[in-house]
Amino acid sequence: MQLLPYPKTPGYDELVDPTGRPRPSAAMLSQRLGQMDADEIITRQSAAEAALFEAGATFSVYGENETNERIIPFDIIPRILTGQEWDDLEAGLTQRIEALNLFVADMYGGRKIIRDGVIPEQFVELNQPTWKACQGITPPRGVYCHISGIDLVRDGEGDFRVLEDNLRCPSGVSYVLENRRVLKQTLPRVFDRLNIRSIDDYPEQLLTTLQAMAPDAIDRPRVVVLTPGIYNSAYFEHAYLAQQMGVPLVQNTDLVVHEGYVQMRTTAGLARVDVIYRRIDDAFLDPTVFREDSLLGVPGIMGVYASGKVALANAPGTGIADNKVIYAFVPDMIRYYLREDPKLLNVDTFLCARDADRQHVLENLDHLVIKPAHEAGGKGIVIGPHATRQQRADCADQIKADPDNFIAQPVLRLSTSPTICGDAIAPRHVDLRPYILMRPDKVHIIPGGLTRVALREGSLIVNSSQGGGTKDTWVVDAPGRATQPQSETADDTPVYAQTQAQILAQSPAPRRETSPQDADS
Amino acid sequence: MTTPNVMLSRVANAIYWMSRYVERAENTARFIDVNLQLTLDRSPVVSPQWMPLVNTTGDDQTFIERHQTDDRDAVLEFLTLDPDNPNSIFACAAVARENARTVRETITTEMWEQVNELYHLLKNARATQLNHHFFRNVKRCAMLFNAVTDSAMSRAIGWDFAQLGRMIERADKTSRILDVKYFLLLPSKDDVGTTLDVIQWRALLASVDALEMYRQQYGTINPTHVADFLMFNGDFPRALAYCLYRAQHALNKVLPGPDALDAYLAGQDAQRRLGRLVSEVQYGRADEVIAAGLHEYLDEFQTKLNACDDAIHAAFFQPRLLEASA
Repeated sequence: MQLLPYPKTPGYDELVDPTGRPRPSAAMLSQRLGQMDADEIITRQSAAEAALFEAGATFSVYGENETNERIIPFDIIPRILTGQEWDDLEAGLTQRIEALNLFVADMYGGRKIIRDGVIPEQFVELNQPTWKACQGITPPRGVYCHISGIDLVRDGEGDFRVLEDNLRCPSGVSYVLENRRVLKQTLPRVFDRLNIRSIDDYPEQLLTTLQAMAPDAIDRPRVVVLTPGIYNSAYFEHAYLAQQMGVPLVQNTDLVVHEGYVQMRTTAGLARVDVIYRRIDDAFLDPTVFREDSLLGVPGIMGVYASGKVALANAPGTGIADNKVIYAFVPDMIRYYLREDPKLLNVDTFLCARDADRQHVLENLDHLVIKPAHEAGGKGIVIGPHATRQQRADCADQIKADPDNFIAQPVLRLSTSPTICGDAIAPRHVDLRPYILMRPDKVHIIPGGLTRVALREGSLIVNSSQGGGTKDTWVVDAPGRATQPQSETADDTPVYAQTQAQILAQSPAPRRETSPQDADS
Repeated sequence: MTTPNVMLSRVANAIYWMSRYVERAENTARFIDVNLQLTLDRSPVVSPQWMPLVNTTGDDQTFIERHQTDDRDAVLEFLTLDPDNPNSIFACAAVARENARTVRETITTEMWEQVNELYHLLKNARATQLNHHFFRNVKRCAMLFNAVTDSAMSRAIGWDFAQLGRMIERADKTSRILDVKYFLLLPSKDDVGTTLDVIQWRALLASVDALEMYRQQYGTINPTHVADFLMFNGDFPRALAYCLYRAQHALNKVLPGPDALDAYLAGQDAQRRLGRLVSEVQYGRADEVIAAGLHEYLDEFQTKLNACDDAIHAAFFQPRLLEASA
């Protein structure tokens, strides 16, 4: 099956350059694909998908009478990033997660960034139950955002831009690991000849990250993964990560608060739990603090967390930095807390709450994407150029009635990547979600991440619920350059724990007032 | 987990029942298959009866409520595919699979695949396909499950609970098959030891795969010897004595130490109950049991075995601390 000739794409293509030739990092892959006929590639594609199904890399689809398990469609043509591209991204992501973590810490401490006028108070959701419950609590060693996934897209010029910061319970990393395992069996010769950075140490890195949060000086902290249960669509991932780390997978009924600790019910009585990687949202975590109707939570767990006797990943309350309005301020956060210029671009964002922005949005509805500020999963989005006149008018009315709840962004031309479509290879739009682990002393990012692909021609929607698939993501180094294992601490690694208190205590802006809380924040 | 002898109660419970239900599915398939083969013999003396199969599973009441006739098709459908019969092979496979799903991080991938295969075999089956070939496949699936469990799972606490469940279920099923068949062949105490219907006794032995091993030990078929073999033989893997001895071994390995007093005492209770039952079958005599009433003996055995199961639940699976201060 030949990669070339490849249709000319309006935007940036990940593997083919504007002259229609494979990019240097994709040359070997292009050659190998050309040696296989369509039948062979389709056979390998089916075998790869069958291997994923057998491994149980499934998500659940709920029908009327029973639950079916399906895999997310997997495309065996990888998306390739060069080592240089990745190093730049990694630096940008590291910078961004540090600033976001500082912001969260600041919101539950002195709120200096608001008092210094960098982010107006009206844009921060300070009245949420989570914010109130987390006031004054400092998680172990100041880390809030242990595990996050930052969604990136490439614009028409080929520049990466951040689309979304997922700081709550980002899922999908199990697909990254399984996709890689399966693709190694599918295209072994290409793997053999290229210098592809390994991702195999992710479970080890995740376990180390979780163990690093253990309260007190516990020798062998007991880490568990908390799942909502087998009916959760991401149950496979919860079980997979627990299995890979060799730690228990627990449900809320396995846990109980007793004598000031979170304990799990075992065959030999209660046993203390030190670190919980919880895959349930804040709102369901503790029915005595948040939603009373939560059947997934552990009553009293927030009290134990506040007393420092259990660590939660991610820390409750990271959601304050994870919405479409705060997103617009992340570049300002980077400049404010780190005194650096942002290394990664945002998508230009207009906040309808601002008079000038709203004016611009209302005048340019047919060129913009309008998003509700506090919805997730593509809910309520209006794509201006595709909307009817009536839809745009309705949208304008909604914006005028509740400007705080809307933001707008220009329509992006997402990059494409060659994808198997029937018996040919065609361009399809992709995004990228790298997974970021944050420890007190180090930020670790899995090289590459999850590439999601919109399998329908022209579609920009990569969600698996709407016809999206996944690809393996390769970070390929030039021949001769040894891949650097991520576990080696490089010189430029930020020593985060030492700097957080200093950063939040320093006075970057002249109007700052000192309060007694600052020293502790 | 830091202590290898400790496991989440929920996980231990799921493993125990996963294992019991796979064993139950296999046993049901086994005695249905034997009965099906009996029908091929067309013996003038014996017309194969189907209702005793329902007696064996103990679901007589459910069956009578749902069926007017007790012919072959009604019984086969009820015991094999009926989703509303909690002990049908399909229901057993479905429950085993649900349990396996909740402990996928603890069991091996092969175990999961095998229990999945058993489930799909039953899920895709139709009433018209319930023949010897089908039941042989069910047995094979279940036996493969046991094989991958035994060949790839560390002999640690997870395997011990699987073994405990498997052996207790097997002892229960062997005792029920013996009880029902014996009762049917020799309904009154006085007749025991006088009537001999070789075909039926052969079928009883075949239902628990014991015919060949029995022959090696005793040669000809004699009801007292059959009862002795299935109850008190310590070497035959479906005999009560063997099963309970293995169950006891597994239980002793998972008992908690005296650090957690509540857990320790509950474990001791389970250990004593099972231990007493083990000594009964280890030192029992078939002639004495038959003289005193085999049915009465087996009935009491099942009651005591249920008490062991309750004690195991209380010791390991039920949260002793119900609600704690928030």
